[in-house]
Amino acid sequence: MICAALMEAVRCWSLRAEEDAVISPAPVNPASVSLPQHRGTAAAYQLTAGVGRAFFFKMSVFGPVVKIHPVVLASICDSYERRNEGASRVIGTILGTIDKHSIEVTNCFSVPHNESEDEVAVDMEFAKNMYELHKRVSPTEVIIGWYATGFDITEHSVLIHEYYSREATNPIHLTVDTALQSGKMNIRAYVSAQMGVPGKTVGVMFTPLSVKYIYYDTERIGVDLLQRTRVTPSRTKGLTSDLSQVGSAASRIQDMLTTVLAYIEDVLSGKVTADNSVGRFLMDLVNKVPTITAEDFENMLNSNINDLLMVTYLSNLTQAQIALNEKLVLL
Amino acid sequence: MASRKESSSASSTPMASTGGTLDSPVKQIQIEGLVVLKIIKHYQEEGQGSEVVQGVLLGLVVDDRLEITNCFPFPQHTEDDADFDEVQYQMEMMRSLRHVNIDHLHVGWYQSTYYGSFVSRALLDSQFSYQHAIEESVVLIYDPIKTAQGSLSLKAYRLTPKLMEICKEKDFTTEGLKKASVGFENMFEEVPIVIKNSHLINVLLWELEDKSTVSDKHELLNLSSSNHLEKSLQLLMDRVDDLNQDIVKYNTYSRNLSKQQQQKHQYLQRRQQENTQRQSRGEPPLPEEDISKLFKPPQAPPRMDTLLIAGQINNYCQNVKEFTSQNLGKLFMAEALQGHN
Repeated sequence: MICAALMEAVRCWSLRAEEDAVISPAPVNPASVSLPQHRGTAAAYQLTAGVGRAFFFKMSVFGPVVKIHPVVLASICDSYERRNEGASRVIGTILGTIDKHSIEVTNCFSVPHNESEDEVAVDMEFAKNMYELHKRVSPTEVIIGWYATGFDITEHSVLIHEYYSREATNPIHLTVDTALQSGKMNIRAYVSAQMGVPGKTVGVMFTPLSVKYIYYDTERIGVDLLQRTRVTPSRTKGLTSDLSQVGSAASRIQDMLTTVLAYIEDVLSGKVTADNSVGRFLMDLVNKVPTITAEDFENMLNSNINDLLMVTYLSNLTQAQIALNEKLVLL
Repeated sequence: MASRKESSSASSTPMASTGGTLDSPVKQIQIEGLVVLKIIKHYQEEGQGSEVVQGVLLGLVVDDRLEITNCFPFPQHTEDDADFDEVQYQMEMMRSLRHVNIDHLHVGWYQSTYYGSFVSRALLDSQFSYQHAIEESVVLIYDPIKTAQGSLSLKAYRLTPKLMEICKEKDFTTEGLKKASVGFENMFEEVPIVIKNSHLINVLLWELEDKSTVSDKHELLNLSSSNHLEKSLQLLMDRVDDLNQDIVKYNTYSRNLSKQQQQKHQYLQRRQQENTQRQSRGEPPLPEEDISKLFKPPQAPPRMDTLLIAGQINNYCQNVKEFTSQNLGKLFMAEALQGHN
């Protein structure tokens, strides 16, 4: 019944679209849940276009893009939680791969260090050892730079950065604000650049780079599962099995569809002005359901179901067989 | 408490006894999100093409829960001096991790699997040595192909105490197995897993969700999965063939054994007859020869392999059934979608 309503809505919509002359090309995925918050003007849609992009617009982009895997950030948070008494921040090395336009950070390990008012001591031997060990597992990872928790860049950072520039060309400095100073965990990346009068006093400036999060497919699925642990009050989540997973995926899609429907209702009743690009996406969505004659579909469905039932029957048979075999042998 | 009950009821499979009836020291496993991410990453980067990737789990034991807080991967076994390297690598790693306050208690190991085929002699041996050394250790099996299909597939197994007994005795004959009444269903026990994250990680997750686009790949609801089914069935057929060969071997063995019994019997009878004949003729009886030297009993085939194969077949069948039930659900949903057009 959701589909019927959608079809109806799209038909009404396309009639309206013919009257409109303005076309605003804002790329929006209609299935995204952020839809209900930003209904209306095209400008609002620009904002909705993936907050990653919004991040892009805020920061100036020089140099390569830094792509971070979530495992690195989780590791950094974990080492921050395990820091020694009295240490206000944790530092460590980040490993990854460099390619022409971007830097991909895939691994990291923390390095013990001592920091006081006027001096900083980092255990470099340890860092070298750990890097060797890591290299044995994944030989393609190289030292990209280093990370530090905490919001600001201190003078000590400059010293540490200098050390790391001996290990890697143009190291990246990553800061993760675990103290949540601005209410959010800001994750930023910097490269150092020389500044000042050449020949005389030279200083170092950290220029920011844009940060993106990338996931492997399986990582994405893992992270989605972890997201769900935020919801339960005891912060735990068991791993569900087979049919219940399909059920939960289906209910997620259903939620998304309800959101889209609510938006459509609003547009139809005139509360919100229509946006043609969203309309086009909706048209795509509805057209994705293939139009097959009922008879053909019946046949396909039945043959698929028969296949699956046969396989189930065979596997049950096999299990019974081996159980029987075992009983006979052990008699 | 509610989520724990849900997790223990959701993971009951006929392959292994459920969490409620475990009589081992570990009734539940609690994993941190970090470990999950690391395992996924390790397979993704180093596991393409090769058989399995392995690594070590670190954590601690609290009451009857095993908490896994960190892990590190093992390098691949490419060179032949892998043995010595491995121990040294492990020692180095643990020492270094201790410096940064990471739990350095070894609590188990993890392995990736190909379509669910992990029940093998190697796994058994490794898990036995681990469990022997550390009472509560587990092996985490990560199935990357199933995960890529939409839902994280991570299972934790331990050897049942009965199987531990047998491995200790190294008595793999039929009598030994019968004595301990170990069937393929009692080999491994599955321990329910729960994922728990600290508050800081939760903040990170919130941040990630905020900054990343919604995942537009709903792999779980993908209908075209006959490839996966094909492969699983192929592996199942191979295993059934193996089992068949094993059974044939066992049958020939038992036939040989019974034939030999008959021969022994006949020989003894003949001997007796001859002796009585000779006695009646007054000649000295023939010496009783040692029968066991004449008729050497045939070698009893080891039953362990059969048990492993049977366990593996059971596992495959389980997976296939899970898969088909999911697909049936998806097909019915597609029907509902189509029916309203």
